[in-house]
Amino acid sequence: MTTPSGTPAGPAVTRPKVEHRAVDTPVTKVKIETERLNFYYGEKKALDDISLTIRANLVTAFIGPSGCGKSTFLRTLNRMNDIIPGTRVEGRVCIDERDIYAAGTDVVALRQRVGMVFQKSNPFPKSIFDNVAYGLRINGLVSSKGELTDRVEESLKAAAIWDEVKDRLKESANALSGGQQQRLCIARALAIRPEVVLMDEPASALDPIATQRIEELIYQLKRDYTIVIVTHNMQQAARVSDETAFFWLGKLVEFGATETIFTNPSESLTEDYVTGRFG
Amino acid sequence: MISTRRRLIEDRLLQSMGILLLLLALIALAALVVDVVRDGVPRLSWAFITGFPSRFAESAGIWHALVGSVFVIGLTAAIALPLGVGAAVYLEEYSEGGRLSRLIEINISNLAGVPSIIYGLLGLGLFVRWMGLGSSVLAGALTLSLLVLPVVILSTREALRAVPKSLREGSYALGATKWQTVWTQVLPSALAGILTGLILALSRAIGETAPLITLGALTYVAFTPDSIWSPFTVLPIQIFNWVSRPQAAFAENAAAGIVVLLVLLVAMNAVAIVLRDRFQRDRIA
Repeated sequence: MTTPSGTPAGPAVTRPKVEHRAVDTPVTKVKIETERLNFYYGEKKALDDISLTIRANLVTAFIGPSGCGKSTFLRTLNRMNDIIPGTRVEGRVCIDERDIYAAGTDVVALRQRVGMVFQKSNPFPKSIFDNVAYGLRINGLVSSKGELTDRVEESLKAAAIWDEVKDRLKESANALSGGQQQRLCIARALAIRPEVVLMDEPASALDPIATQRIEELIYQLKRDYTIVIVTHNMQQAARVSDETAFFWLGKLVEFGATETIFTNPSESLTEDYVTGRFG
Repeated sequence: MISTRRRLIEDRLLQSMGILLLLLALIALAALVVDVVRDGVPRLSWAFITGFPSRFAESAGIWHALVGSVFVIGLTAAIALPLGVGAAVYLEEYSEGGRLSRLIEINISNLAGVPSIIYGLLGLGLFVRWMGLGSSVLAGALTLSLLVLPVVILSTREALRAVPKSLREGSYALGATKWQTVWTQVLPSALAGILTGLILALSRAIGETAPLITLGALTYVAFTPDSIWSPFTVLPIQIFNWVSRPQAAFAENAAAGIVVLLVLLVAMNAVAIVLRDRFQRDRIA
């Protein structure tokens, strides 16, 4: 797995402008671990026996063709699938070594720890300020107006959107551009200080410049958060992630350092996909 | 393959037919309104609106019935809104879609089609007699609430269903509970639709005569209802009363009463439209 820093073993992909720290990913503690996870929509099995480990303060990317289960898998990590009727989970998903599907798990508290950003930006039809303040208010995380204002500002800065919106916090979030809305949604997720941020194709509806801003943001955020990102865009996975999991038909085909997955995969299916032979 | 020309002609034909049918309906409505207005407007005066009933057509007024109608409908709204919205929120957001909730759903749809006089009989048996409310404003409002409830529930569910899933997911993803999501995101987004449904249902109820007569609402009252326990009458009943008199002067009164009722209805619908527009603007802008 170890190749000298800065010299990729294969020619296949363009590397991001921001250099990776090293080709082999730093050893951080395990944040999320799934064990033999199966997932069903009614009778249909959508995830088949997924076991994988996501480590803290890394960006882990899920790639694969449409319908391969990568989004479904992402949504099992904060139990977002619970709100879809007729779904069922088998196996274990442990976050910090506690099974989040164990009986008695507080799903509301879980979702505070594991935030989520969706494919299509979904700001609430409220002001920019109220969007970010929403999570803080409903969870009772701030005790004063001043603290609320501070946290909102801090979150907007962390999501690299503060300079664009600081003079128009009272305006409706719907007036923002698509890329700004998505960064607002990231700010909203960061405001409640989650440990993990799940991103479901966060840039798929954005133009290249807005996409680049999101990617730079992801790169900065991993210092403080564990990030899991689903993407259709293989270049994006190669640019932003440290580790990559390749899904195919509900199965985890291969999982490893992004460098390895893109340049020297051990499965031929992975190689065919990352080189664009299908998908 | 059908020729483009033929399809174009078909398209035109269908369009003209649609316009024709729409015009027919509008003409019928306009004829009715014009007729009533011509008969009624000369009789309209401040004295008529603020007057009380009388044996003499010229000195009879409609104030008691107008107040009765507004009172009963206001109370109906106050009862039907929380009940209807509550039921709809349960069915749409909380129920797991089991056999019981399916049974409830079918019953609600059926109730929407039950003739209003049946509600009157129910109200008479349940509220007037069994609960001992008498032929009061409260009994009338409760009966009309039952009458509009199915419509309010159905239109509220429609409005709740129209709230995008992404909004709920966004809220849940921030650690909101179901109730917080419903109360802070879903209901405000659906409010315009809910209020429009409510007001449209109420404007049907305000024209109802049969159930209130069945209840024992008075046809001759010389006072305005001053509490929910008072006996009362409403505009349609007063109009019905006047229409059934043989003298021509009372027919004029009836026409004038209809004009008052129509104005009230138009005002309610206008409120519905203004509310809808205002909330929609707030949500989108």
